[in-house]
Amino acid sequence: MVADSPATTKNKKKNPLSDGQGSLAALLISPTMVVILFVVGIPILMSIRESVFRKNEGVDPNTGMVAQGETFVGLQNFTDIFNNPTVVPGNWGQIDRLLNAFLNTTWFTVVCVVLETVLGVAMALIMAKAFKGQGLVRAAILVPWAIPTIVSAKMWGLIFDADGVMNKIIGQQILWLADGPQSQWAIIIADVWKTAPFIGLLTLAGLQTIPAEVYEAAKVDGASAWQQFTRITLPMVKPALVVAVLFRTLDTMRMFDLPAGMIGFGKYYVETVSTLAYVENNNLRYGPAAAYSIILFLYIVFVAFLFVKLLGADVVGDEELKAIQAQRKRQKAAAKAAGSKPQLAKTTVTSGSAAS
Amino acid sequence: MTQPRTMRRVLAAAVAAGALLITAACSSGGTPAGSASASASGSATDWDETGPIVYAQGKDTSGNLKDKVDEWNKANPNEKVTFRELSDSADEQRAEFIKRGQSKSGEFTVMSVDVVWTAEFAANGWLTELPSDKFDTTGYLAAAVDSATYFNKLYAMPSTSDGALLYYRKDLLDKAGVQPPKTWAEMQSICDKILPDQSGMSCYGGQFQKYEGLTCNFAEAVNSAGGAVLGDDGKPTVNSAEAVAGLQWMVDGFKSGMIPKEAITWKEEESRTAFQSGKILFLRNWPYVWNLASAKDSKVAGKIAVAPIPGKDGPGVSTLGGHSYGISPFAKNKGTAMKWINWMLTEDNQKKWLQTASSAPVLESLYSDAELNKQFPYLATLGESIKNAKPRPKAVKYGDVTLAIQDAAYAALQGQSEPQAALDGLQTKLQSLVS
Repeated sequence: MVADSPATTKNKKKNPLSDGQGSLAALLISPTMVVILFVVGIPILMSIRESVFRKNEGVDPNTGMVAQGETFVGLQNFTDIFNNPTVVPGNWGQIDRLLNAFLNTTWFTVVCVVLETVLGVAMALIMAKAFKGQGLVRAAILVPWAIPTIVSAKMWGLIFDADGVMNKIIGQQILWLADGPQSQWAIIIADVWKTAPFIGLLTLAGLQTIPAEVYEAAKVDGASAWQQFTRITLPMVKPALVVAVLFRTLDTMRMFDLPAGMIGFGKYYVETVSTLAYVENNNLRYGPAAAYSIILFLYIVFVAFLFVKLLGADVVGDEELKAIQAQRKRQKAAAKAAGSKPQLAKTTVTSGSAAS
Repeated sequence: MTQPRTMRRVLAAAVAAGALLITAACSSGGTPAGSASASASGSATDWDETGPIVYAQGKDTSGNLKDKVDEWNKANPNEKVTFRELSDSADEQRAEFIKRGQSKSGEFTVMSVDVVWTAEFAANGWLTELPSDKFDTTGYLAAAVDSATYFNKLYAMPSTSDGALLYYRKDLLDKAGVQPPKTWAEMQSICDKILPDQSGMSCYGGQFQKYEGLTCNFAEAVNSAGGAVLGDDGKPTVNSAEAVAGLQWMVDGFKSGMIPKEAITWKEEESRTAFQSGKILFLRNWPYVWNLASAKDSKVAGKIAVAPIPGKDGPGVSTLGGHSYGISPFAKNKGTAMKWINWMLTEDNQKKWLQTASSAPVLESLYSDAELNKQFPYLATLGESIKNAKPRPKAVKYGDVTLAIQDAAYAALQGQSEPQAALDGLQTKLQSLVS
């Protein structure tokens, strides 16, 4: 059902999904786009503008008044990490404060996400089994995730107190809340406790889509439990798991509440890029604060991109679009073989669910 | 399959939005403040304009401020005061005030300003200069007035004060037949006498976690040893021999076990809990501890007393805390603001305020009031503490100054650097921060 052939060059470039209803679609989504422009687009542009300015700081020696206004400083807020570093002591030696925060962020992300993934998958496997009290176990595992982070930060702060439960249990006097390597582990433990259930939940959803017949067939073929896990469960749950891990990664990279609520600001062992940006903002240095936020933003975008490219994270999950792309590929190949211009695939539907 | 896909889309959108919000969050409040604050200078201020005003302060923990406001409003129906209660977090209060200052908003007529914010707010033109003929500070604690003064001009009216006290276990000191210590050496010898019979008890505790409390404790040690963070001319003198001796005392305290190891994680409440559970003999803390430690459920109720904090060769020098009333230069009805502030600070009202909210008054004479001393047994000691107290460094970039101090002190307390080296580093940093 090709509606408007022969296609002109202009039409060919059109979105194959639109079917000539582009203007109506544009009209319908325009209120949403305007809202997004105001709440997302403009603030981002203002942040970018802010990041190339710096507040004037000089104090008049006679009146004590601070110079007003801002100065354009170009990329200086970004390049100060090389040219004018603020050296702080942290887990990574005497290095620039931003670099230290950046390394902390990365370290927290890697360690937390690895631990959370292992624990989360284990939780999902337990939750997926049918047994008595299954509902209770599922609910219990999800409790940590339901608690607001700032509340769990304060709660773990009490647990990690010098006289707290943790030291009583392990029978040692570890000063978790002092600024040191141990405070990093306090953060990691609290974060894993809180968000492993999130990975568990999404993995559970993936597990439940695996048909029981596959396992029955594997049993008939004599596969061991480990073989079933590595050859059936993991590959089939991978799409869901990769998305869960991606979300956790992006979320951990902007970690703020736990270090801020549990350990405090200005503690270089647990300072993340988010808390550093907050501190700079609090000290009225909006330029550097905006610059650090943009660095974090780009870092997060970069990691998300890597996930999609390397692990094939299917975030959008639009099967229709994929089907069309595959179809186009086939048509192009066929057309090449035939030596003529391809007639590109077009959909006949406007709702998103027909392709499945 | 529609369900999970939709969910994934929603989650994807949520993550994307979250990432964007980080960047968006920091863009607010960055508008340039424009030309110098002409309206902030005292001469241009219209003190005759009256009408409704707004008073903003942090959470009213006493719960009595509303009654006070009602009392005023009943007597002055044409000059009504509206109370705007802010967060109990000092950082958030400061952020609220700065937001209004930068947008030149007169929404808050009168603000309750922490003593350490005065310099920053005044230098940015967010406080109105208060002329001495309208605001009389005679009889006020000199340290409190000094903390509200910037470049020899009064920018806020001291409203409450705060000073450090040395809490001690009177029962144990009486048993040993000793008087409370005046010097660090005396305190050590008292501990040597008492502690062998008290298992699990350490000598002294304060606030040594890395936060504002460490700045207070460090400044006290330095001042009590005869040093100063900033000299009289406002130039840093923090690596003088006296200042190093002050920090050395704290460092040695941790090394010798006079201060328990876990005190490096203590803030006010942790140190109070330790004192109340019998873990330390002496506690440096603020006046609020008295009521809590004397309450019925406290294990040390009736066994404690207070003394001025000790120093190196004599009585120690406390760090000054407290709040002041500042007037926004952008607000209307400054005449009413002036009347309201002066009414809140009458001797009678300060007395009532002490009795109902137990916050320290700024009028020096009240500290020797016999009736009040019966109700607050620590009052005379507190008055002595505040009379000798020194404000923290008056710096426009106070946030950076206090962090630099904490960096240096904390590293020394943790044994990562020697006191002399730490303070040499701090001196260099302060020189670039305080100009």
